[in-house]
Amino acid sequence: MEILIALGVGLIFACGVYLVLRPRSFSVVLGLALMSYGVNLLIFLGGRIDRFVPPLTLPGATGLADPLPQALVLTAIVIGFGMTAYLVALALRMLGDTGSDRVDGPGPEEEADGPDGDAPR
Amino acid sequence: MSHLPILPILIPLVAAALMLLWGQRGLPYHRAFGLGAMALGAMASVALAVEAGTDAISVYAVGDWPAPFGIVLVADRLAATMVLLVYALGIPALLMATGGTDRLGRHFHPLFLLQIAGLAGAFLTGDIFNLFVFFEILLLASYAMLVHGGGPERARAGMAYVIINLVGSAMFLVAVALIYGTLGTLTIADIAYVLPNVPPADLALVRAAFAILVGVFLLKAAVLPMAFWLPHVYSAATPAIGALFAIMTKVGIVALLRLSVIGFGPAKATEALLLPWLPVLALATIALGTVGVFAASRLATVAANLVLISSGTLLFAVAFADGPATAALLYYLPHTTMATGGLFLLAGHIAERRGELGDRLVRGPCVGDRMTMGIAYAVLAVGLASLPPLSGFLGKLMLLQGAGDGVWQPLWWGALLLSGLGVTLVLSRSASLIFWQPEKPLPAVPSASGPGLALWLLVLAGPAWTLGAAPAAAWARDAAGQLHAREPYVAAVLGDVPDIQRERRP
Repeated sequence: MEILIALGVGLIFACGVYLVLRPRSFSVVLGLALMSYGVNLLIFLGGRIDRFVPPLTLPGATGLADPLPQALVLTAIVIGFGMTAYLVALALRMLGDTGSDRVDGPGPEEEADGPDGDAPR
Repeated sequence: MSHLPILPILIPLVAAALMLLWGQRGLPYHRAFGLGAMALGAMASVALAVEAGTDAISVYAVGDWPAPFGIVLVADRLAATMVLLVYALGIPALLMATGGTDRLGRHFHPLFLLQIAGLAGAFLTGDIFNLFVFFEILLLASYAMLVHGGGPERARAGMAYVIINLVGSAMFLVAVALIYGTLGTLTIADIAYVLPNVPPADLALVRAAFAILVGVFLLKAAVLPMAFWLPHVYSAATPAIGALFAIMTKVGIVALLRLSVIGFGPAKATEALLLPWLPVLALATIALGTVGVFAASRLATVAANLVLISSGTLLFAVAFADGPATAALLYYLPHTTMATGGLFLLAGHIAERRGELGDRLVRGPCVGDRMTMGIAYAVLAVGLASLPPLSGFLGKLMLLQGAGDGVWQPLWWGALLLSGLGVTLVLSRSASLIFWQPEKPLPAVPSASGPGLALWLLVLAGPAWTLGAAPAAAWARDAAGQLHAREPYVAAVLGDVPDIQRERRP
């Protein structure tokens, strides 16, 4: 089970890394989202792999899940969501400002003929 | 339990929230309220430093949950010094912004205070996850402030900056997850306590986790393979923001210093984790910054590359974490932060006076009030080029003596002295381009009172740090001694005989 989950997290993260290295801001946003999924899974499973175990001591319950990774992952999800939203807003603004959605500004082929015809400022 | 350690974080945080409630009406009120909050926070940080000066380590358990179960703020000498530096740099930067750049976009003042809160928190926290949260607070504020003022150049710089820092945050969380999964704790003092007893099966995983964490700190500190974002980003920001950003790289450096000295200690899992590659990268960063200074076409880009050089210099001292090196680092760090911040502000002042030329390093009529601007430039340049008699020279002397022995010594001396020579050349060439032209000078533009005061506060910080060199160096030695003693910190956070019931992991 551990090896399966570890491979899954690694696969998600690798896809994220590949997408982050793409030139367009849309795939970078998706890549960052995938990376944060992978990371959140990793934090969540850092409290070890359990099923049907409450994070609180309840009468009759056997075992106890570690509540701290659950709290950490909530914080990480909220922060990651806020950051992604900001990145999308920034990418849109950059598209408006420069007429290109390349993360490093308009490339040489776009200087010649932009995606919708207007030369970047 | 005194509530003093949380005040430098709480005051700007609450003030920022209140200002957001007001909305954008009445910029003068925002300015007054922002400066008032900064003054209050500065008073709290002075009180914190006075308390830390008695060798007491004040620990604030947030929500009264004791460590290692809750989050603690720890105000030792190092943390108190850095928080004081945040306010000492923040107040001039905010004064500079009141000259009109805060009008360029919305919510400047709340964002500025949020960044101050994040910076103060990152220096005070004693917990790695909490450190992540404060990093995010200061980064989120800095993302918005970087693009403050708009324009395609800032949007592009902002995009690269946001992406690289989001990847850094993801790696930070990977390290946090692995550290918690293996050690079962995230409090730095508790890590120091647990780390020597890591079972052999977990050694490699723990070492990898800490290596990732060190990598993230080095990304924030802008070390060579991860340094190329910095000059572009810092020079694209408005002068006030650039000046405040001068302390952001120091967050990574101080976090690494604290973690490597307190957390790692003599544990086997992290033995020689930083050697020998960190000194090599630090030296390469100094070289890159020096080349960048030569290549810079604007004064703000010169200042940004000086930030790189000071990152490399400080990290070399961190890599050899021992008492004298840390003491030299703690004397040099405030000097270099204030001086590079001052150069960002001066670049703003010069750009204002030269019209279309801005702060570009090209020939043109010299600035109007070249007497005052020239004196400010000369004082900053002597400090930045580490020439005697100012504090830059004293700091570098301490660094030359304190860090790098054996095979490192010729490399270290060569790197520091050559980069000092390069900076001297570039700064004198820039001075002759800006101040020393035969053409008729431009009409003098009197500075508005806020930005003028801001510039002189940072310019005169250098001479003040030189005049007070003896007590300042003594303070730095005491802070380094307290940090390297380790036991006082761990005992203050966990109690003298930590007897923590831990769950047994399967």
